[in-house]
Amino acid sequence: MRRQLPIIVCFGFGAFMLIQFFIPKRSFIFAYENVLDWMQIIYVFTLLVGVANYIKINSKKVSDKAKGWGYNLIALLGLFSMVILGFAKGTDQGSPFLWMFNNLQVPMQSTMFSLLAFFVASAAYRGFRARTKEATILLLSAGIVMLGRVPIGEMIHSSVPDLANWILNFPSMAARRGILIGIGLGTISTSLRIILGIERTYLGRE
Amino acid sequence: MDIGILTSALLTLFIFSFLYKDNPFYKFAEHLLVGISVGYFLVIAINTTVLPTLFLPLFKEGNLLYIIPGILGFFMFLRFFPKISWVSRISLALIIGAGAGVSIPAVIEAQIMAQMKASMLKFTSFDGIVVMTALCTTLIYFFFSKKHTGWFGAPAKVGTWFLMVFFGATFGYTVMSRISLLIGRLQFLLGDFLHIID
Repeated sequence: MRRQLPIIVCFGFGAFMLIQFFIPKRSFIFAYENVLDWMQIIYVFTLLVGVANYIKINSKKVSDKAKGWGYNLIALLGLFSMVILGFAKGTDQGSPFLWMFNNLQVPMQSTMFSLLAFFVASAAYRGFRARTKEATILLLSAGIVMLGRVPIGEMIHSSVPDLANWILNFPSMAARRGILIGIGLGTISTSLRIILGIERTYLGRE
Repeated sequence: MDIGILTSALLTLFIFSFLYKDNPFYKFAEHLLVGISVGYFLVIAINTTVLPTLFLPLFKEGNLLYIIPGILGFFMFLRFFPKISWVSRISLALIIGAGAGVSIPAVIEAQIMAQMKASMLKFTSFDGIVVMTALCTTLIYFFFSKKHTGWFGAPAKVGTWFLMVFFGATFGYTVMSRISLLIGRLQFLLGDFLHIID
């Protein structure tokens, strides 16, 4: 019951969503659109469970006065202030919710990502040493693309930006397509395994 | 000075302080960022999904069919109660099963057929030959049912070279996007905050 019922539900909904694609009838389209709505709703609830768990873990650390509990308190204050402001004052232009988003979240997020510029430099040093043929190709490709995106590239030679664009638009794009096709085939086989109940990892261990 | 600019600048400096070493200012900003991001997500998720796609059809339009996803969504919270946590598997099974069913035709259409169609350039052009060679050799490299030796090994090897071109280009592109973000933050600090540059 605990394992069979989810497998039956998975097979039923999976098989229906696959078959409906080949049957363009109004009743099938109606059911398909409803199931898509249901999926969206349940998906949001799964994320809400994550939020509830985050609150639970942080609250426990604060109440236990665990090491660094002050930081957990700050996280909770940030979370609840956004929620209270969002629901009490709305999320429109000029609202305190949007003010916090624009003046706290956005600058912190972009600074966090910009930090990676420093770490990526050390990663590049380790990864880009031309020890093998493959590493040399990697180094050349990355070097040309980086130079092609800044004014110094054009100063070195006028064709550097064009070469960077050619690499991005042809050999790199073609290899990317190869990867995407591979991912597509992998997705199809995994989906079939899920629908047929061969792949059951989502059920957990019990 | 505008309180918004002052707050943004201080938090930006707190995060940059990590370049020296992990410190309380960075930890403060890090935890605040996570908390605020979760709060933002919660408000947006409820406003854009739970209210219009669940509460509105159920309570205003009286569409009783929406009781089902409501109950299944509620089941997810039963994960917090170990004795009945297995019930949440039903909800998970629905989204995973239906998602798998939807993805098969969608992937065939959008990912496989569209990518193959876009690769069919004229063989008379150099670009067309490069694209077809790169695509075929990359696919051969990912075919692991046959050992990459002999006549099959050579195109697989060429495939790895094209993959290296792709990884290098992607890496270069990522580095440049991170650097442009860094430039943006420095422009904000030196311009809007300190007024040293225009």
